[in-house]
Amino acid sequence: MRQHRAALSAIVAAISAFFACGASALPQATPVTPDLVEAARKEGKISFYTSVDVEVAEKVAAAFKAKYPGIDVLVERAGSERVFQRVEQERLANIRNADVVNSSDAAHYIIWKREGLLAPYVPEDVAAYYRNDADPEGYYATWRATLSPIGYNTKYIKAGEAPKSFADLLSPKWKGMMVKGHPGYSGTILTATFEISRDLGWDYLQKLAQQKVMQVQSSTEPPKKLALGERPIMADGNEYNLFTLKESGQPVDVIYPAEGTPFIASPSAVMAKAPHPNAARLFQSFLFTPQTQQLLIDAGGLRSLHPKTQEHAGRTPLKDIKLMRDDPAAVVDKVDEIKANYAKYFGT
Amino acid sequence: MSAEGLSGAARQVSSSLRAGFFGRFDPSKLVFAISALILLGLVGLPLFWLAVSALTDKTGAPSLANFERLFTDPTLLAPLRISLTVATCVSCISTLVAAPIAWIVARSDMPARQLIRALITASFVTPPFLGAIAWEVLAAPNSGLINVWYRALHDLPPFVHFIDIYSIEGLIFVDSCYALPFVFVLIANALDRIPADMEDAAAILGAPFWRVVATITLPLALPAILAGALIAFLRSLTLFGTPAILALPAGFHTITTKIWSLFQYPPNPGLAAAASLPLLVATVVLLKAQSWILGRRGYVVLGGRGAQTRRIELGALRWAAFALCLFVLCFPVFLPYFALLKAALTKTLAEPLLADNLTLQHIRFVFFEFSPTRLALRNTLLFAFVSATLGTSLALVVSYLANRKGVFGHSVLGFLATAPIAVPGIVLGVGMFIAYTRGPVVLYGTMWVMIIAYVTIEMPAAYQQLKSAFTGVAHELEEAGRVLGAGRLRTLKDITAPLLRTGVITAWCFIFIGVMRELSAAIMLFTAETKVLPVVIYDLNESGDLGAISVLGLMLLLVTLAITFVANRLPGLGVSAAGTK
Repeated sequence: MRQHRAALSAIVAAISAFFACGASALPQATPVTPDLVEAARKEGKISFYTSVDVEVAEKVAAAFKAKYPGIDVLVERAGSERVFQRVEQERLANIRNADVVNSSDAAHYIIWKREGLLAPYVPEDVAAYYRNDADPEGYYATWRATLSPIGYNTKYIKAGEAPKSFADLLSPKWKGMMVKGHPGYSGTILTATFEISRDLGWDYLQKLAQQKVMQVQSSTEPPKKLALGERPIMADGNEYNLFTLKESGQPVDVIYPAEGTPFIASPSAVMAKAPHPNAARLFQSFLFTPQTQQLLIDAGGLRSLHPKTQEHAGRTPLKDIKLMRDDPAAVVDKVDEIKANYAKYFGT
Repeated sequence: MSAEGLSGAARQVSSSLRAGFFGRFDPSKLVFAISALILLGLVGLPLFWLAVSALTDKTGAPSLANFERLFTDPTLLAPLRISLTVATCVSCISTLVAAPIAWIVARSDMPARQLIRALITASFVTPPFLGAIAWEVLAAPNSGLINVWYRALHDLPPFVHFIDIYSIEGLIFVDSCYALPFVFVLIANALDRIPADMEDAAAILGAPFWRVVATITLPLALPAILAGALIAFLRSLTLFGTPAILALPAGFHTITTKIWSLFQYPPNPGLAAAASLPLLVATVVLLKAQSWILGRRGYVVLGGRGAQTRRIELGALRWAAFALCLFVLCFPVFLPYFALLKAALTKTLAEPLLADNLTLQHIRFVFFEFSPTRLALRNTLLFAFVSATLGTSLALVVSYLANRKGVFGHSVLGFLATAPIAVPGIVLGVGMFIAYTRGPVVLYGTMWVMIIAYVTIEMPAAYQQLKSAFTGVAHELEEAGRVLGAGRLRTLKDITAPLLRTGVITAWCFIFIGVMRELSAAIMLFTAETKVLPVVIYDLNESGDLGAISVLGLMLLLVTLAITFVANRLPGLGVSAAGTK
């Protein structure tokens, strides 16, 4: 007994030492000084590669331009896996174009960091509030987060009859009724597929594939197909588009499945060879301010990890939801397997 | 003296005349060499790198592993089979529909023939991926407008549908809609040129109408019909946008979307290159087969020039024919543009087009909030202008040299200019990406890589256009010029060029429209600074923003129509028939 306790406390000590070590290793934060703003203004432009929904991205861009007039933001929106593909193509051709990159496949940052594509840069808010959600060496931090829940169209399905869990989706009742995103295009879906296959087994996905699921690309699309009434249930897709659609009066609602809901962290980083290095840093700092984070919540329906933000009324707070844990380091090794299995079961 | 003898004599005379001034140097040889080199580079370089990466493994050692996988891996064989099936069906359907319509428009006295031609032009300038998106709006099984109407009309419950566009049949249907104008133009133009005297002769000899069609008109139009069927087949086989939009939701790949997916992380360009080989082989074999079939028979239409085309009187059937044309046009033109217009202007797509459902939100978003719009529009127009101008110039020189058989190696030039038709856009994109991301000249990321791609892809169309224009110019006129001492280039400038106006403008418009429609190579080659509208539309489709797509798509269409209209009416260029092509 005593032995056990000793072992346990040793483990606890080791874990806390690990986290403490990670946190204390975070490099010095860089404040936003008038000099930085001036240098950014001279560069005049920042090119933002992101996978966030294009309307949310443009709102963030507009807020930045309002705060720092004279610096233009060029939004390059595509699914995370395509963002990654383009960064890779540009790296091969030695093209310097991206300033700040945001992808919903957190595994990308591990690869990019390894390839030397990222610049270490720690905004003040990250140093103060993101210790557990930032790279210990300061290369990236979780800019936004979302979940990949189940969704349904309230016009066609009554709340009581809606599926409650992932297992419910396998009922013959929902055959031909579902839409989902594709892990080959969307980082959110890739992460969700990883978490689901880890927690529920590939067996579940193999059965889901027999349900004649409509396949779309981006995780932003299933909620939109749901609102259109193209399919009454979404098997995966992002939570934030469901929120924004629901709050604009569309007949959609969210279900947090009983097995747990996949959690997707979406970091942001400054590129090592950013063509506008100062504007890139200013923009990265701007992304983590409480105001921008609140904008993501209010206008974007996203989850923020910034403690100075308020949960939006009418949405289930993050702490009340049973989550499936993300694990970017494991995704890096599993990505081939996930895509191969997916192609085998779903045909695309 | 035979024509050959005359031209030979003319050449001798002209070269001995100029020998005193320029030595024995013929500038046309230089132009020939340069254009051959350019063409060889355009087509050869990407294909060379494709072959290299298909035949090597990741370490660069020679290997057949990619081909082994290609012919054993079911996830690669299934898409290949689907692509061949789809292309065969598209070819049959579009030819069977286009041929009668072309005959009605070209040979009958149906009312509003010019209107029908103009409307078919509208479907020609519609990018296939835009058509596919419009058909999603129309015929998605549950939210599609046609299915909504169908359910309302028959009082059916939700999720019962009439058509499902997300299926192989749906893909075949949409593909056929946009292959139609290509087949139509080929057949209608051929029918325009068939003189009525032979049909008259047959009729006078007592042949009934159907027999005249079967024994005279059809055989004379056969080369064009075959060419049309072939073009439809090849286009469908190599199309990327339509299957990318319709096949993925249905859960299958075509060979082009499969090749594209091989560039997802971790990219496998070697396998992608190997997978594009069957497309190349199929194309080359078919083109050979076509020339073999046609080459065995004489299709010279005697007295073609100047002979009157007599229109067949349809009587009361005139209006039935008109109704038929309008009905067919519903599918590539009326319904899709109605759908796009509705998506562009409404808040909720499925709701009726009433005042409280109308919105300018999508238009405002596209023009004032969405940051890529302006750059993409500017790029698209710039690339289209530059590509059309450079491409037409190159095609002009090449078709001149290939047509005037006096130059050694003329058939090689003709082959090189036609070869890109055998290279699907996505394959060319892959090859160019591999070729131009390495030294000595890294072009990837610049506008030039896009322009090279566009010029290469559109070269066969422009070349064919100008080649047939040259065929129409009598050799004798040029030879007269050369006898009088003008060099090849001078003859080209003073005699041939003015006679070619129509052909040149048509070729220019072909390339211009081609650029506005091109997605498959652009999607491989664009970077943020060189983004074009088709790519922006494709990106927006990925996230399901139908309203914004519709606004951009309609803008693309209006710009294309306006510019082709202006190009055809520029003072000094003359009015051409391009408006109907």
